[in-house]
Amino acid sequence: MFENLSDRLERSFKILKGEGKITEINVAETLKDVRRALLDADVNYKVAKQFTDTVKAKALGMDVLTSVKPGQLMVKIVHDELATLMGGEAVDVQISGNPAIILMSGLQGSGKTTFSGKLANLMKNKRSKKPLLVAGDVYRPAAIEQLKVLGEQIQVPVYTEEGNKNPVQIAQNAIKQARQDGNDLVIIDTAGRLAIDEQMMQEIKAIKDAVNPQEILFVVDSMTGQDAVNTAKEFNDRLDFTGVVLTKLDGDTRGGAALSIRTVVNKPIKFVGTGEKMEALDVFHPARMADRILGM
Amino acid sequence: AGKSKVGDEILDDLEEVLITSDVGVETTLRIIERIEKRVSRDKYVNTSELKSMLREEIAALLTENNIEDVPEFTIATDKKPYVIMVVGVNGVGKTTTIGKLAYQFKKAGNSVYLGAADTFRAAAVEQLVIWGERVGVPVIKQKMGSDPASVAFDTLSSAKANNADVVIIDTAGRLHNKINLMNELSKIKKVMEKVIPGAPHEVLLVLDGSTGQNAFEQAKQFTAATEVNALAITKLDGTAKGGVVIGISDQFKTPVKYIGLGEGIEDLQIFRRKEFVDSLFGDE
Ligand SMILES: Nc1nc2c(ncn2[C@@H]2O[C@H](COP(=O)(O)OP(=O)(O)OP(=O)(O)O)[C@@H](O)[C@H]2O)c(=O)[nH]1
Ligand SMILES: Nc1nc2c(ncn2[C@@H]2O[C@H](COP(=O)(O)OP(=O)(O)OP(=O)(O)O)[C@@H](O)[C@H]2O)c(=O)[nH]1
Ligand SMILES: [K+]
Ligand SMILES: [Mg+2]
Ligand SMILES: [Mg+2]
Repeated sequence: MFENLSDRLERSFKILKGEGKITEINVAETLKDVRRALLDADVNYKVAKQFTDTVKAKALGMDVLTSVKPGQLMVKIVHDELATLMGGEAVDVQISGNPAIILMSGLQGSGKTTFSGKLANLMKNKRSKKPLLVAGDVYRPAAIEQLKVLGEQIQVPVYTEEGNKNPVQIAQNAIKQARQDGNDLVIIDTAGRLAIDEQMMQEIKAIKDAVNPQEILFVVDSMTGQDAVNTAKEFNDRLDFTGVVLTKLDGDTRGGAALSIRTVVNKPIKFVGTGEKMEALDVFHPARMADRILGM
Repeated sequence: AGKSKVGDEILDDLEEVLITSDVGVETTLRIIERIEKRVSRDKYVNTSELKSMLREEIAALLTENNIEDVPEFTIATDKKPYVIMVVGVNGVGKTTTIGKLAYQFKKAGNSVYLGAADTFRAAAVEQLVIWGERVGVPVIKQKMGSDPASVAFDTLSSAKANNADVVIIDTAGRLHNKINLMNELSKIKKVMEKVIPGAPHEVLLVLDGSTGQNAFEQAKQFTAATEVNALAITKLDGTAKGGVVIGISDQFKTPVKYIGLGEGIEDLQIFRRKEFVDSLFGDE
C-alpha cells in the first residue's frame, strides 16, 4: 500500500551519503520520512510529531551520522522506540474477584460483543473459569440475541432481561445471579456509544459505579484514524479504564491508533482480535505491532 | 490588504486540519499544492479568500465528474425494481444504513424489499428483521449459515413477482483482504444479474467515518470485487471527520451519496459537498 519505511530511509540516506556530508539537518530530513510513515499508518498528528522529536534526540545521541548503515540504524531506533512505547511489562487481565467483573466499553461497531464472547471462551477453556455473559446493550436491534447466539456457540450462560431498559439494574441483577449459580467471572457487554453522547457516557459510568469492575476494557477498531486519541481520552477520563482491546487486526490496516492511544492514555493493550470466530483472540505483541505500523 | 503568498504558518495550520480530519498525507499535499498554484496566479489573497479557495479545491476533489449532489432520496424510475447491494467491512453500519434507507424510500412512496444475505454473523438476520418491522417492509430470509447468494436470488425473485420498486440486499461484513469472502461477494452479485438484468444497479460501499487511511484499501478491493458505484459514510455524528473519503472519491470517481448521523431511523442524510467540507473546518 505505502512504501516501506526502511526502503524509504535507505534511499534518503543514500542520497545524503552521495553528498558526502551528513549533518544534523540531514537527520531532520529523514525524520520527515519517519513522520510520513507514521501519518500513513494513522498515528495521530500530534503524537507523530512528539515521536519524531524523541527519535531525533536518540538518533543524534547514537551516532547515526557516522554509522556504516545509517538507514538500518535509524529504522532500528524508530522500531525499538515504538515497541517500547507500546509495550512495557505485559499486564494480565484481572480475574481475582469473586465474581471477578469485567466491563466492556467503546464506540459503535468496534467489536465489544464479539470480544465479550471470545474472552468468555478463553477464560473458560484456558483459565478454568465459569463465566457469565451479561447482555447490557438494551438499544441495538438484536444485540441481546447476538450475545445469546455467541453464548450458545461457546457453551457459556448469558444473563438477559428482555424488556428491561436499565443496564445498571441488569448488571446488578446479573451479579446476584452469578453468585447464586457459582459463576466466578461476569463479563458485561454494553451498547456502543460516542464519547460526546453525554447521556450514554453517564450511563456507562453509572454501571461502573454500581458494580465496581476489576477490569474496564476499551474496545477499539484497529482501523480507526486520527480520532482514536479523542475517543480514548474521553472514555478514559470518564471511566479510567484498565486496558485496551484492539480488534480486526486480521485486516491489513497499519494500526497506528495503537500508538496514539497508548501515548495519550498510557493504558496497556491487553488483547487483540484477529477474526470473527470465537477463537480469534491473541495477546498483544508490541514488537509485531511496531513492524506493522512501519509497514515492515 | 492582502498577501500574494501563502505563509508557512497558514500552510502548517492547514496541514494539521487536513491530516487530523483523516484526509491523509498524499491528498493533503495535493490540496496544498493546488492552493499554492492558485495563489501564485490570483496574486492577492487574504485569509478569508484563502479559506474559500480551500473549500473549493476540496469540493472539486469530491468527484469532479459529478457536479451535482444527489437531490433527494430518489431512485431511477426506469429500473424496476431498483436493486441496491450493500457491502463493507465489519461493523461499519451496513445493516443500520439499510434500515434508514428503506425508511426513506418507503416514505417517498416506494414499495421496498430487504434481503438478509448476511447469514453468517450472530443475529444478523434478526437485526435486519427488526429494522424491517420498524420500517414496515418485508424481509426475505433463510436460516443462518445458508448460501447468501441464494437469499439474494430469493429476494430479487420475490420483489420482481410483487412488482416492488426498490430492493436492498444486506451482506455480511468482511475484511477486504480475505479473498474467499470477496469472491463470495462477486458471486452474490452475479446471481442478482440472473434474476434482473442489470442488477444490482447500485453497489453501495459503506465506510465508517472514523476509519483512517485503510478506507482506501477498502474502496479499492470492494470496487475490484463488486464495482462499487456509490459510497455512504457513517457515524459522522461523532468527533471523527471522515476526511479520507475526499481522496477516495477523487481516486475512484465514486460519488458519496449518503451520510449516517446516528443510530435512529431518520439519521441518514443525502451527502452535500459544501456542508461536508464546512464540517471539516468546524465553522459556517
Ligand atoms: N474480521 C474481524 N471482525 C471482527 C473482529 N471483532 C469483531 N468483528 C466483527 O465486527 C463486527 C462488529 O462486531 P460487534 O461485536 O458486533 O461490535 P460491537 O462493538 O458489539 O457493536 P455495537 O454493539 O453495535 O456497538 C461484527 O461483524 C464482528 O463479527 C475481529 O477481530 N476481526
Ligand atoms: N453513532 C452512529 N452509530 C451508527 C451509525 N450507523 C450505524 N451505527 C451503529 O454502528 C453499529 C454497527 O452497525 P451495523 O449496522 O450493525 O453495522 P454492519 O456494517 O451491518 O455490521 P456487520 O454486519 O457486523 O459487519 C451499531 O451499533 C449501529 O447502531 C451512525 O451513523 N452513527
Ligand atoms: K463529525
Ligand atoms: Mg455489541
Ligand atoms: Mg450487518
